[in-house]
Amino acid sequence: MIRFLGALLVVSLLLAAGAARAALTIEITGAGASQIPVAIVPFRAEEGLGQRITPVVEADLARSGLFRTVDPGGISPVPHEPEQLNYEQWRARGAEAVVIGAVSKAADGRYDIRFRVMDVAKRTQIAGFVYFASENQLRLTAHKIADVIYEKLTGEPGVFATRITYVVKRGSRYELHVADADGYGAQSVLSSNEPIISPAWSPDGTRLAYVSFEQKKPVVYVQSLLSGGRQAVAAFRGSNSSPAWSPDGRQLAVTLTRDGNSQIYLINADGSGVPRRLTQSSAIDTEANFSPDGQSILFTSDRGGGPQIYRMPVGGGPAQRVTFDGSYNVSPRHSPDGKSFTFIQRNGGRFNVAVQDFASRQVQVLTDGGVDESPSFAPNSRMILYASRVGGRGILAAVSSDGRVKQRFTADAGDVREPAWSPVVNK
Amino acid sequence: MKRYLLALTLTAALAACSSTPTKEQEGAAVEDRSGAPVATAPAQKPQTQTTGPVTKPLTDKSLSGNPLKDPANILSKRSVYFELDSNVVRDEFKPMVQAHARYLQQNRNQKVTVQGNTDERGSREYNLALGQRRADAVKQMMTLLGAQSEQIETVSFGEEKPRATGSDEQSWAENRRADIVYPND
Repeated sequence: MIRFLGALLVVSLLLAAGAARAALTIEITGAGASQIPVAIVPFRAEEGLGQRITPVVEADLARSGLFRTVDPGGISPVPHEPEQLNYEQWRARGAEAVVIGAVSKAADGRYDIRFRVMDVAKRTQIAGFVYFASENQLRLTAHKIADVIYEKLTGEPGVFATRITYVVKRGSRYELHVADADGYGAQSVLSSNEPIISPAWSPDGTRLAYVSFEQKKPVVYVQSLLSGGRQAVAAFRGSNSSPAWSPDGRQLAVTLTRDGNSQIYLINADGSGVPRRLTQSSAIDTEANFSPDGQSILFTSDRGGGPQIYRMPVGGGPAQRVTFDGSYNVSPRHSPDGKSFTFIQRNGGRFNVAVQDFASRQVQVLTDGGVDESPSFAPNSRMILYASRVGGRGILAAVSSDGRVKQRFTADAGDVREPAWSPVVNK
Repeated sequence: MKRYLLALTLTAALAACSSTPTKEQEGAAVEDRSGAPVATAPAQKPQTQTTGPVTKPLTDKSLSGNPLKDPANILSKRSVYFELDSNVVRDEFKPMVQAHARYLQQNRNQKVTVQGNTDERGSREYNLALGQRRADAVKQMMTLLGAQSEQIETVSFGEEKPRATGSDEQSWAENRRADIVYPND
């Protein structure tokens, strides 16, 4: 519960930081191989809330492509407690699980939201939790509930209570946005007349590193989402770009040209100290990404001619090439479980999202957009968020790591690009 | 063949330059260096090669045009265009690059930035590095032709600041470019 309150705190501070923006809308363009049928019964007394809980839960689960929601309508009385459940009725409707719950006012004025996930076949409780939330925490609470349901029924952690960041270009204006993972509540955390690229979440989800061109050249900044304060952490002679956080949040791998060609350096995330050069080549080395254990990086290098993905130990040592299919493989990102990485592969002039398994070296091309870029994993390693183009406009899209579930995010206006999925906030 | 010779000389220049450590750490402070105690006023106008009638520039500085902004002067040309996937400075741009190199040679306190650009296709970050490579190629040629390395900062905009915004061959060709930019431009 402490961890939950921490997440709430971060979000409410975020809400205070900027004006609410138009939402991204997400449509599902593919579904999982099998979908778990689940009924979400409207919670008792939720009609009185400014934001009802169960529609958000239902939308989250449906959007994942792994669930089929069973209509709870027409059952009387509407069950809110386990003893009110007629399991035979739910079995007849095909539901494998039923979610029931109730909302009441707690003594401190917040809402007491309790819910249970019930197994229809076994007639037992799978999970039961109570959350306390104020009015502006109701959506987040709903996402937390969806996370519990997702985890209990799929065995993997849910990521509904996370956020995404991305860059919106409207005319000549660039804005860095942060939104909930369902596209809701988008707000601008940085606005500029010069380009912004490569936003990267700190491991604790409280800071963003990014590249801004406001000084007429690429400079790496770190910005606090809590205070809005920011600092140039790499502004050396030449170009500074491609920030990647170390898993402990203390360091960034960045690409600098201070000594000549584009090479990868390690700097302190607060900008202190002298950069330590990691790569030593006469080619382009860029797009570093730390392994989850912090021991190695993946990066893009054209030391062999065209750009390919390499891996090297952070402590020093030789780099090894890891991609061999095709002449252009770029933008590597580890899966948070460390088992695979996603990247962009060019095939016959088309750029698509691919994933490669470290152990088997098997490559799977997941998309066919042709102009896809900047892939990043969701914190549960299940979905990959990326940028694409439709009708001449930049959009965001997501694909499951098995290629089955596909989502498309559309914004009201402007070009949307450079997405990154936040970590799960654990504090 | 000229191109190959040029590539060879550039390679040699590269090798020479790579052993020179850069002490500069705060890249933004381009104008902070004041190493050489040379007069800040432009010492001499670049030579204009003319046949026939001989013209002489006015010596009154306030009346003289800025050679960098004079459309008739090659110094007003600033862009080097590149082939796809290439950072070779083609022969047609050499006179222009040479003119800027000489101008820097004659104005040792003058600083410039060379900004590299790419077309929109592919990874933004890799393109940023490719743009840097183009800017560096222009710088190498300029230092080979008399400019000091310290006078030139190379940066890249990658695909982020396209001059042509279309998604066609013509736009892409326009955006595969490096620009020589003076502080007061």
